[in-house]
Amino acid sequence: MATPTLEKTSGTAPSADEHLVTVTFRIRRFNPEEAAEAFWQDFEIRIDPKERVLDALHQIKWELDGTLTFRRSCAHGICGSDAMRINGKNRLACKTLIKDIVGLKNGVGTKPISVEPIKGLTVLKDLVVDMDPFFQAYRDVMPFLITKGNEPTRERLQSAADRERFDDTTKCILCAACTSSCPVFWSDGQYFGPAAIVNAHRFIFDSRDEGAEQRLEILNDRDGVWRCRTVFNCTDACPRGIEVTKAIQEVKQALITRRF
Amino acid sequence: MQIHKYDTVIVGAGGAGMRAAIEATKRSRTAVLTKLYPTRSHTGAAQGGMAAALANVEDDNWEWHTFDTVKGGDYLVDQDAAEILAKEAIDSVLDLEKMGLPFNRTPEGRIDQRRFGGHSRNHGEAPVRRSCYAADRTGHMILQTLYQNCVKEGVEFYNEFYVLDLLLSEVDGVKRTAGVVAYELATGELHVFRAKAVVFASGGNGKFYKVTSNAHTLTGDGQAAAFRRGLPLEDMEFFQFHPTGIWKMGILLTEGARGEGGILRNKDGERFMEKYAPVMKDLASRDVVSRSIYTEIREGRGCGPDGDHVYLDLTHLPPEQLDAKLPDITEFARTYLGIEPYTDPIPIQPTAHYAMGGIPTNVRGEVLADNTTVVPGLYAAGEVACVSVHGANRLGTNSLLDINVFGRRAGIAAAEYAATADFVELPPEPERFVSTEVERMRNSTGEERVPVLRKALQETMDKNAMVFRTEQTLKEALEDIAELRARYRNVSVQDKGRRFNTDLLEALELGNLLELAEVLVVSALARNESRGGHYREDYPNRDDVNFMRHTMAYREVDADGNQSIRLDYKPVVQTRYQPMERKY
Repeated sequence: MATPTLEKTSGTAPSADEHLVTVTFRIRRFNPEEAAEAFWQDFEIRIDPKERVLDALHQIKWELDGTLTFRRSCAHGICGSDAMRINGKNRLACKTLIKDIVGLKNGVGTKPISVEPIKGLTVLKDLVVDMDPFFQAYRDVMPFLITKGNEPTRERLQSAADRERFDDTTKCILCAACTSSCPVFWSDGQYFGPAAIVNAHRFIFDSRDEGAEQRLEILNDRDGVWRCRTVFNCTDACPRGIEVTKAIQEVKQALITRRF
Repeated sequence: MQIHKYDTVIVGAGGAGMRAAIEATKRSRTAVLTKLYPTRSHTGAAQGGMAAALANVEDDNWEWHTFDTVKGGDYLVDQDAAEILAKEAIDSVLDLEKMGLPFNRTPEGRIDQRRFGGHSRNHGEAPVRRSCYAADRTGHMILQTLYQNCVKEGVEFYNEFYVLDLLLSEVDGVKRTAGVVAYELATGELHVFRAKAVVFASGGNGKFYKVTSNAHTLTGDGQAAAFRRGLPLEDMEFFQFHPTGIWKMGILLTEGARGEGGILRNKDGERFMEKYAPVMKDLASRDVVSRSIYTEIREGRGCGPDGDHVYLDLTHLPPEQLDAKLPDITEFARTYLGIEPYTDPIPIQPTAHYAMGGIPTNVRGEVLADNTTVVPGLYAAGEVACVSVHGANRLGTNSLLDINVFGRRAGIAAAEYAATADFVELPPEPERFVSTEVERMRNSTGEERVPVLRKALQETMDKNAMVFRTEQTLKEALEDIAELRARYRNVSVQDKGRRFNTDLLEALELGNLLELAEVLVVSALARNESRGGHYREDYPNRDDVNFMRHTMAYREVDADGNQSIRLDYKPVVQTRYQPMERKY
């Protein structure tokens, strides 16, 4: 043993939960059925730090307070249900491991982990926000393939390079982490927001699509891409690693260089 | 309570529901009721691909695909349905491409294809490249593409509406579809949707297992609603365990990883699938691979200190290939296990994945009230349904196919029916069942807690009704479920409010899971043979004389209100293939 002096001296067997740590979750609560004001509530739990923040929220809901309300489904970063603001940063609760966001001293978290709803959308209860304006902005950019002429009998051909051109923006799961991290969106909900532009980008740069002009016209609007101030919050927030700001810049570029 | 009226109501907005909605909306006034926002469905978690004999990269044809599907299903597949699946696969993939789906491409610009478990050239000669894919995000791309096309077609969605009951009315001695009852999550209000045609496309029920690839929301709500209204459930004992779930967590790692050349290894580094499936090796069908993994583990060749998993080894594949073809699953390994798949093998174990059984339908998606009688106006498609194209074991890439082929068929059939039919009178007090359940749950002062019961259910199902089963383990599961059902009557929730009461909904979902777990176990107990995903150690062989037939489970309630399950059987449709011994 290299460090015999640090060995436990007692003869007791290691307890079954010694891999667990004690962490406090400070959660933003709001239920208009109960009170008009939101408030912070602390929950202290024992949990394996390799677990997800979503696991911690479930543990709190299932063991301490059944009224805690949040959305979730797939629990591994694919469905986009559980975007929330965790320690001040937009993330998916199911893709954030506790060990990666908490400092530990002697098995106890040095600071509480804060969890609050994403910003810029109306909070309906606890961590649940109204997603309808977000999806409306998405629908407004015509997020579907637009083609002219007769359909081919087989598939449309597309080179691997043309397919690669818009690969990044096909990864979007519509979780709203980007849009709700954008200061422009916070100050004015009329802005389409990064997610809608990402989804417009996905079609504008698809070699099969013939609707780029229409979409660019929509995004040339006063609430369109020009509102972007290149803050890069959206790129940092994206749980899918999409280069969101770059996509928005490419749409701006397309607007500048397009020919009428 | 509000009452709405639509020609066609679709329950669920995953792949099958949205594929149905695109067709139904063009033909009838349609509403889609979904417990999640549409793009949240678990179709999005599907990774590896969608099978179709496009023959873009090598020789292939739909007849080989039909054979593989029938053999993969251990001959319990209805062969007429499998033939439709394989034939319509080709147009189904091409339709999605035309809708905008960004498939991976060949150097010639065609849709690229890759290998997948159980899909073979010329009736089992060698693996064939049949899976059309978009990296390891094929389900995500299908879900997004279908939603995009729903936006294009102006499909009307009711988001976060939980359908909790199916309304049937008897007209001239025939049960006909009158509509559904839904609970609005945002307000707690009940809504009755009158409809001429209803399509259930509400997905699977894997959440009664602990280690599962299924989402938290996959609680069999559609199956349970139909079952409670006296409709049968078919082949529920056949549940698929996907070989490669992330150890302990159950998160899916696509079979495409083995299609790209990944290898399963035991603690000695041995490629053990060579012993069990000399031709197809790691690409044998899922039931075979999952049993092989557990055999390795049981015989002491599992990995780790507890010897409770094996490895999926991708380290011999070039990093560029992993980045291009398997970006998501390699990221899962990094995120959840802290493992770098370029250099280290990934610990895996079989994970509860897919219900082969469900609400019985014919090939038009029409729901059956018994072996032959159609329920007028009622349709089902996707994992909630049993056509049966998957038989005793589904082939990988056939479920993304199923939702597109039969989602489309059900959507068209429902809308065409609605165009000719009249609304059926609602039964008296149509919301009564749901309002009683909801109020009982909200007002109960019982001491039982939903999470405790759910955990106990998942534990007994994992222990007793998973890859290996015996009469004894199934009886144990049945006893546990009976006890849990009794305790469930004393369940109460902490959230008594009306607004976004997910506490209450988890309680109702648990009721569905308990109901369906019992059907699975009772059906499994009566099937004294091993076939596909149902493996009985006390009856290790397939028994075509006694069990070449579908199980049909019915809920019976006696005069005192006691509930029991009655089993009946339905013949399998065989056309061109005679049952053979299954070897890979």
